[in-house]
Amino acid sequence: MRVIRDLFRDYRFTFSFIVLLLILTMAVLSFFSPYDPTMWFVVPRDMKPSAEYLLGTDSNGQDIFWQATFAVRNSLIISLIAASVSRVIAVLVGMVAGYARGNPDRILMFISDGLLVIPLFLILVMLAMIIRKNMNLVVLGLMLSAFGWAWDARVIRSVILSLRERDFTKTAILSGTGTVELVLKEYMPYTTPLIFSTLINNISWAIGLEMTLALLGLVDVNIPTLGTILNWAITYQAMFLGRWNWVLTPVVLAVFMFIALYWLSVSISEYLDPRTRIQRVGV
Amino acid sequence: MAFLKRYLIPRLVQYVMVIWLGITIVFLIPRLTPNDPVMSMIGQMRAHGSTLEPGAMDGIIHDLTEMYGLEGSWGEQYVAFWGRLFRGDFGVSFFNFPARVNQLIGTALPWTLGLLLISTAINWTIGNIIGGLAGYFSRKGWSRILDAIGMLIRPQPYYIFAFGLLMLFAGVVHWFPVTGGSSLGAQPAFTWAFTKDVVWHSFLPAFSMITLGAAVNFQTMKLIVQNVNSENFVQYAKLGGVTEDRIVVKYVIRNALLPQITGLALSLGQIFSGALITEIVFGYPGLGMLLYNAVLRADYNLIMGITMLSIVGITTAILIVDLTYPLFDPRVRYY
Repeated sequence: MRVIRDLFRDYRFTFSFIVLLLILTMAVLSFFSPYDPTMWFVVPRDMKPSAEYLLGTDSNGQDIFWQATFAVRNSLIISLIAASVSRVIAVLVGMVAGYARGNPDRILMFISDGLLVIPLFLILVMLAMIIRKNMNLVVLGLMLSAFGWAWDARVIRSVILSLRERDFTKTAILSGTGTVELVLKEYMPYTTPLIFSTLINNISWAIGLEMTLALLGLVDVNIPTLGTILNWAITYQAMFLGRWNWVLTPVVLAVFMFIALYWLSVSISEYLDPRTRIQRVGV
Repeated sequence: MAFLKRYLIPRLVQYVMVIWLGITIVFLIPRLTPNDPVMSMIGQMRAHGSTLEPGAMDGIIHDLTEMYGLEGSWGEQYVAFWGRLFRGDFGVSFFNFPARVNQLIGTALPWTLGLLLISTAINWTIGNIIGGLAGYFSRKGWSRILDAIGMLIRPQPYYIFAFGLLMLFAGVVHWFPVTGGSSLGAQPAFTWAFTKDVVWHSFLPAFSMITLGAAVNFQTMKLIVQNVNSENFVQYAKLGGVTEDRIVVKYVIRNALLPQITGLALSLGQIFSGALITEIVFGYPGLGMLLYNAVLRADYNLIMGITMLSIVGITTAILIVDLTYPLFDPRVRYY
């Protein structure tokens, strides 16, 4: 309880918590939507916001508010798949490289350095061009996860490298603890907070990339996500026609999500770092 | 000699290896996917209504098959693929049929290079200077305000930030042109009028990249400076009566800049991707726009050309940044 109370003393944590709660509520609301998100012309086209259509309707004859609930849900699904799968890769690579050292370390770090340096966006575009026909939420999530682990694997590796030099590692090895047990029982608790904070950043990264790929029309534009809603709005020149209710809906949602996720991760990692915690909450 | 052996040669080996890795990924992508890439591309080109004479289609199928390296065994394919890269020959573009990919990239490249170099130089300088000062005077009011602004801008991806600016300047205030690289019908020439026109049109894309980049540099620099600040040598200099200006510039910022140079090298790939995306949003006629058109018309040859060239270009740029490191850090020089 104390942890939670301390965290809430940071206005950034409180803000992120509320925003993310609202966004999750939106995602849950999508299950109660009166419309099928893939059907067109279920409502009159191009209506202004009103009591009946909270955020108005778009030129495809869809209700913008309910489309947005699906968009939030789908964007979250993509980014959660991407972030959690890439976390597994990052943890495995980081731990193996940091624990084994020597040649495995060199090879793994070479691959992750390579991925960091190469313009990933272009590689993703190439990949998406070819699997365009089979593109769905899961495939997109997996595609992003294949490239989103490099930096975090490096971070985890550096933590493991330092843990490996500590006395308790030697004690554990001498008293007959197996490698797997040592890593899971002794090292995991140290790295869990770090993994969690990289998870949050990775979610944000995946949402952003999905929107960018949607800009190029490389995702299935019939599945509502934050990116595809914006893509449709741009296709219909909504901005130049002054249809702000349509353009701004995905943009504002995305901006708030990015800020909330970033602040959440900053706030948590500052809390976890004892030096900054003392400055901030005095505990 | 020691420098050569311990720093330069391993670095060059790494350079070659990273290019090898990147190009190999590009080689593997069409193979590791279940679809037949050639037919998939032909289908997409038809769907996008490309009109081609029947003869051209055979040529394209041949070209695509060769470009994907689908002729002969994998080993032969791989060698042929590298051959193309070394000859700098990326085949023909499909959407402007007889045009070579090289030609198209050649026209677009100066725009991207200009935007990228100028905005990166400005954002790195501004971000580090302001970040350094804000880190040193972290208890001052202005430092906190800047930090709060940074906290809002930093998490935004290039696309959303650029799009936000576009909405502001297209829909609310009309101070700058929101699309294109120069006025319609303007002839490229080394005249004052044309330069002014280009700068005018480049303002928003550059501003977008500078602000985002500066926010990142500001925050990392501020953090590093705060850490350097608590080091013993800074405390000692203060106690020894060294003037504050000298401490900030020569002691703190100088030391904090070193990780920022490494940071610049590591993030160049991302900055480049960001530049492409920013160009697409503002319709700026560089590589990003070329990529956009290539994707819309399913011009895989062109996309591959852009990707391979970017991999070589960026790794080379990173190598250059890394090699300037000894200029800033005398310790590396005498290794």
